[in-house]
Amino acid sequence: MATLTTAATAERADVGVRRRRGFGERWLSPALLSPSIVAMFIFVYGFIAFTFWVSISNWKTNRRDLSISDPTFKTYDSLFNQTRFQIDLRNTLVFTVLFLIMAVFAGLALALLLDRHVMGSNLFRSIFLFPYAISFITTGVVWRWIFNPETGVNALFDQTGLNDALAKAGVGPLKPGWITDPSVVWQVNGALEKIFPWADVIKAHLGIPVAMIPVVIAATWQLSGFAMAMYLAGLGTIPGEIKEAALVDGASDWRAYKDIIIPLLKPITISTMIILGHVSLKIFDLIYAMSGKGPGFATDVPGIFVYDKLFGAQQYNLGSAASIVMLVLVSLVIVPYLWRQLKEL
Amino acid sequence: MNLFVADVMSGRHNRRDLFRRAAALGISATVAGGLINRAAAQDATPSSLTGDLEIFSWWTSPGEAPALEALFTEYKKRNPGVNVINAAVAGGGGGPAQAVLQTRLQGSNPPDSWQSHPGHELIDQYVDAGYTETVTDIYASEGLDKAVPQGLIDQCSKDGQQYLVPVGVHRGNGLWYNKDVVGKAGVTVGDTMTQEEFMAALDKLKSAGVTGLAIGDKDSFVDAQTFENHLLGALGPDKWVALFSGDAAWDDQEVKDVMTSFTKLLDYVNSDHSALSWSDATAMIIEGKAAFNTMGDWAYGEFVAKNVVDKMGWVSYPGSDGSFVLVVDGFTKPKGAPDMDNAIAWLKSCSSVDAQAAFNPLKGSIPARTDVPTDGFSEYHKWSIASFAKDHLVGSAAHGLATSPAFKQAFYDAAIAFVTDKDVDTFATTLADAAKA
Repeated sequence: MATLTTAATAERADVGVRRRRGFGERWLSPALLSPSIVAMFIFVYGFIAFTFWVSISNWKTNRRDLSISDPTFKTYDSLFNQTRFQIDLRNTLVFTVLFLIMAVFAGLALALLLDRHVMGSNLFRSIFLFPYAISFITTGVVWRWIFNPETGVNALFDQTGLNDALAKAGVGPLKPGWITDPSVVWQVNGALEKIFPWADVIKAHLGIPVAMIPVVIAATWQLSGFAMAMYLAGLGTIPGEIKEAALVDGASDWRAYKDIIIPLLKPITISTMIILGHVSLKIFDLIYAMSGKGPGFATDVPGIFVYDKLFGAQQYNLGSAASIVMLVLVSLVIVPYLWRQLKEL
Repeated sequence: MNLFVADVMSGRHNRRDLFRRAAALGISATVAGGLINRAAAQDATPSSLTGDLEIFSWWTSPGEAPALEALFTEYKKRNPGVNVINAAVAGGGGGPAQAVLQTRLQGSNPPDSWQSHPGHELIDQYVDAGYTETVTDIYASEGLDKAVPQGLIDQCSKDGQQYLVPVGVHRGNGLWYNKDVVGKAGVTVGDTMTQEEFMAALDKLKSAGVTGLAIGDKDSFVDAQTFENHLLGALGPDKWVALFSGDAAWDDQEVKDVMTSFTKLLDYVNSDHSALSWSDATAMIIEGKAAFNTMGDWAYGEFVAKNVVDKMGWVSYPGSDGSFVLVVDGFTKPKGAPDMDNAIAWLKSCSSVDAQAAFNPLKGSIPARTDVPTDGFSEYHKWSIASFAKDHLVGSAAHGLATSPAFKQAFYDAAIAFVTDKDVDTFATTLADAAKA
């Protein structure tokens, strides 16, 4: 939705500019833009450069020491050797992949349902979008209660008689540990080390931390409404004739969705994944409020690591190095997207 | 709360004042009398100081803010012309406040005094960085050098000079229990407990179907604090201090044995510990869902808040009897304080018996001075005051007194991982590496 509105405004602006372009305009726009460009270079790129400098410096107490460390990338070396940071990178990857899949599928499903103009679809559209308006901290606290193994959904399992039924069937009670479960399933360390002998530098268990799954559910609950809005906007742009032509040709609903509508929504899918992807790479508040670092760092992420190292340990170089790694991860997602957008202009 | 403050400043208090001044006169007969007399004279007549006094802290919670207010009240009584500015920054454990403070100090914009723990936090972050001046003369003029135990003075000192005026002392190595729950399981707790007795008690509780030890380690410091108490109980204060000061090795077999016994303790811990905060774990023993909880004595504030003080018992963490783990709050004298005279008056005011008597019952801590009358304190705090006066005082590592901020964070990280993977060798090498770095 957001993209669409911006695009429309930009188009209108374009028309206006074309109509009024005259003498002086050529200088006016750069002049008007220059303050924000200067500010951006100082406060965005300037500080990114400063953070990078700090990350290769010796500044590891509260006394500023901007001399470059020897070897230059010593801090990065120790960063990647920290088990906790390795776990954080694993968690980021697992969280991002699971969250993107779930949010995109949930958003698409909701959008397709609402697009069929069922009764009250306007009401439901608002309802599904509401979670997006709530702060991550609130979401985190509420979902922490829900996924607390003693008080949350597990109490529901007990009180609905589900666990009694299971006990009668001779199966143990259903009592998952949720955010307190420290186990990491589907570990691939062994297999990886067979293929790459150097993989034994990885001290973290590479697999899926079970405690991360409830966090993914909470994040999906919050952001699938956003994905839905994106898809609804996309569905609105698909010309009715195409759908009619498919119907005339005798395509079933399923085939119309599979071969026509969903492929046409591909640009929306990409935009949604990029926007949600950079949210999930930078995630901090939701996890900080919901599960914290989790049992054995099962839900720790680089954002929390940076916070601890900068403000807790005052190891400014280590915290900055982790920030730079986060920046690189986000740019890996964002830069190709910007590149594509710029080419389209 | 205000009633209490009023009560503290009532007539009863004046009698205490008289008593103290009589004592001061007694001392002045033996010590160089001039200083003491000047201090006493300053007590009696309000000063003519004017201007502002900006005090920085992270005391904003319902138990902390009134305590800070009590310090302000005492200060205003002595210096009515000064406008006190409370620059407290909210946020658990002072993390956000410290970030703000660091920025101000690095920008040469210090407040007139700020809250700090003694030990490494004070020396590493403020003294070595040149942000503070010594308060040795205030120790002498206000009698802190006599009234505060040497073990705590050492924590506030570098090269024989003091840099912090301590106002309140928390005891970190407490083991709290619910008397009913423990009694029902047939466990008796005496005045002290050995680690063997503790394990036996936990066993008994387990077979009675009760969670033995409640932990809430969503807060980072909790695992580290639990382990430091266990370590102190097993090794005693001398070895413990040697470990944190780098004079003993973390991968020593003796230390590894303690780590192994700590993993046994974890068998009796609630399974949802990582989803709970420290106060949630304290609530578990209050509600009778668990028997024991190890925590600093700010946990006592939870008992008071929920009106269950009578149902709760306490001992030193098993094996650590005779040691007092210090978690101390105090105030610094900044270099280049904007209102230096007012700041010095603040530190003198905080040093006083009156201020410490008013502050500590509200904060739930005990006075750093040992000459404060104990009548305003609870039974627990009287016990803690007695322990403070005679026990071996050691600075807490989990709260930044015994270690650098970097080691403290590494200690947190290692303890969190250890509680989950129970890997003794990794824990020992991680700590050994962190100690070398």
